[in-house]
Amino acid sequence: MSQTDFGETQAVFTPKPDLPPPAITVGIIGWVRGNLLPDWFNGAMTVLALIGLYFVIPPVVNWALLDAHFVGDSRKACKPNVQIVRDQVVTQATMPDGSTMEVTTSADRIVVPEGVVPNVRWERRMVEGVVRGKGREYAKVVVEKDVVIEGACWVFVGVRFDQFIYGFYPKSERWRPTVVIGIGLLMIIYMLTDGLPHRGRVAMFLLIPFPVIAFFMFSGGVMGMPHVDNSKWGGLVLTIIISSVAITGALPLGVALALGRRSQMPIIRWFCIIVIEFFRSVPMITILFMALVVLPLFLPPGTSFDQLLRVLIGVTIFIAAYTAEVVRGGLAALPTGQYEAANALGLGYWKMMRLIILPQALRIMIPAIVSLFIGIFKDTTLVQIVGLNDLLTMVQLAVTDAQWIGLSKEGYFFCGFVFFIFCFSMSRYSMYLERKLHTGH
Amino acid sequence: MSDSATEIDVDQSRMKISDEVAIQITGMHKWYGSFHVLKDINLTVNQGERIVVCGPSGSGKSTLIRCINRLEEHQQGQILVDNVELTNDLKNIDTVRREVGMVFQHFNLFPHLTVLENCTLAPIWVRKMPKSEAEEIGMRFLETVRIPEQADKFPGQLSGGQQQRVAIARSLCMNPRIMLFDEPTSALDPEMIKEVLEVMIHLAEEGMTMICVTHEMGFARKVANRVIFMDQGEIVEQNEPEEFFNNPKSDRTQLFLSQILSH
Repeated sequence: MSQTDFGETQAVFTPKPDLPPPAITVGIIGWVRGNLLPDWFNGAMTVLALIGLYFVIPPVVNWALLDAHFVGDSRKACKPNVQIVRDQVVTQATMPDGSTMEVTTSADRIVVPEGVVPNVRWERRMVEGVVRGKGREYAKVVVEKDVVIEGACWVFVGVRFDQFIYGFYPKSERWRPTVVIGIGLLMIIYMLTDGLPHRGRVAMFLLIPFPVIAFFMFSGGVMGMPHVDNSKWGGLVLTIIISSVAITGALPLGVALALGRRSQMPIIRWFCIIVIEFFRSVPMITILFMALVVLPLFLPPGTSFDQLLRVLIGVTIFIAAYTAEVVRGGLAALPTGQYEAANALGLGYWKMMRLIILPQALRIMIPAIVSLFIGIFKDTTLVQIVGLNDLLTMVQLAVTDAQWIGLSKEGYFFCGFVFFIFCFSMSRYSMYLERKLHTGH
Repeated sequence: MSDSATEIDVDQSRMKISDEVAIQITGMHKWYGSFHVLKDINLTVNQGERIVVCGPSGSGKSTLIRCINRLEEHQQGQILVDNVELTNDLKNIDTVRREVGMVFQHFNLFPHLTVLENCTLAPIWVRKMPKSEAEEIGMRFLETVRIPEQADKFPGQLSGGQQQRVAIARSLCMNPRIMLFDEPTSALDPEMIKEVLEVMIHLAEEGMTMICVTHEMGFARKVANRVIFMDQGEIVEQNEPEEFFNNPKSDRTQLFLSQILSH
């Protein structure tokens, strides 16, 4: 047998130094190669996507920003301030038999009046037309025509902005929702920022006294603030009220239902299973109608029960059922060793759940819970079916206003944009948390 | 079979076995559904004893020690821990669990709490100890297991051996009279087994009552005063370590020992 060469062995082991990775795998070049052009198929996809974006982005940007009207207080501000005149032009017409002849026809021309700075752009387009002659004869003509480029009329949104945000809340009292929601948002941001002191206390304040304070601020009737009936609450404020009440209510209720579903006690377990499965297998619209029609049947006769409150209860239980299933998934995902270690240390059921199990289960489940809440925020638009004036309803009311007819594009664009801002920030936060959970302990 | 414990010197001077009975198991049976896992277990453990339980996998050794702090329920027979009988009475279970510490194969530290918080959690919430006192005790036992400098880290940042030592410290913070070890070194890399065994030996030297399910035969020889061999849910043989290893009586024990000591 031949001698095998095992290489040289150092008598004293010295580790090799760390080298930087090859330049082609790092930096901008590395990123482009790795993400956009890793192979011919993905390279082709990148090119296709760029072409797609080219056809979508410029027209949208042009309409929404470059050609849009921002300043003004009436529809007039969006009307072009240039004159469109009909001009006589002489052009070649093609007869059905293929011969051509000269015809005179009219075409739009844009004239800028003296001393006016045009507020629109226009372009000259080739437009195909038909000229009818005697009898059935006709000719095809191609004329150049000036066409005003359409831009968004944000003046409409500007004029209706207060209604989109506050609904029919009285003008003089609108500072109240502004203050409440502003402070609430600031506290939420504070609570979610890493490394700030007393975040737990802020969270507790948000959870318990804040909703009560918020209610009195909205409703009034105390401390000299005039009462505002909740049928007047509306717009984005109402959307935020419904979704935040539903979310803060659904989380503890959902946790309770999830724990109940895993309970050893059959009555509790069955009750929780029935609630969860019932609310999960019924569409939200049905829940809203039931909250309106069925809920009063369970109440003593003669009690008038606020419509908004009924909707809030219905929506909260609906989301709680979904939250419960998400939390149950989190509980099931925890290794049994965590339960055993907590038991072995002598922690009872509630302490174990509070200190060991739920903090971990909720942490795993935050991304799923946030995406649930994003869904809920969007689903609040369904409340218009039971007569509440949320943001979308206010937009729909505005676009049917005779004065602003034909501006539904702007209204819905704005509405979609507002929803996008809220949902996208929630989604980014959840992605950030997910990354943190992966790299953290 | 690694023999990490053989290089460690053991001071036997303080390992005194008292007459006081710590654990008394009589005629205990347990079933998982229709599967009979533990059959007629009779075992008396005195205060200060160090018992090693060994046997093939599935022999019921883990189940046996998990019955002692009621992580598993037995269906027949009697278990007395410090004269408290384990029944469905939650109060008794709480009393027993307060006196019995347990160390698991997979450490089962709480990953969302720091090392020190892992240690102080039970003293604060179960023993109602003030936080400062609990932290003092926590730091003392982290020093015992020789990792006080890791107190503010999270378990995920530690090596397996360090995590297991934290798990031991966590149990000790409850000041238990009995410690149960369920294969404490089986999930560890060979280089880390020794550091955990050293801590366990240190505990034994302090006179702790211990029941260890382990295959560390070096540890059994040096520390245990009794070795129990189990197979198919029964205690097959128990004896002093010297006798057990050199002169096993049952053929089943002989076969087992020949298999684990041959390499």
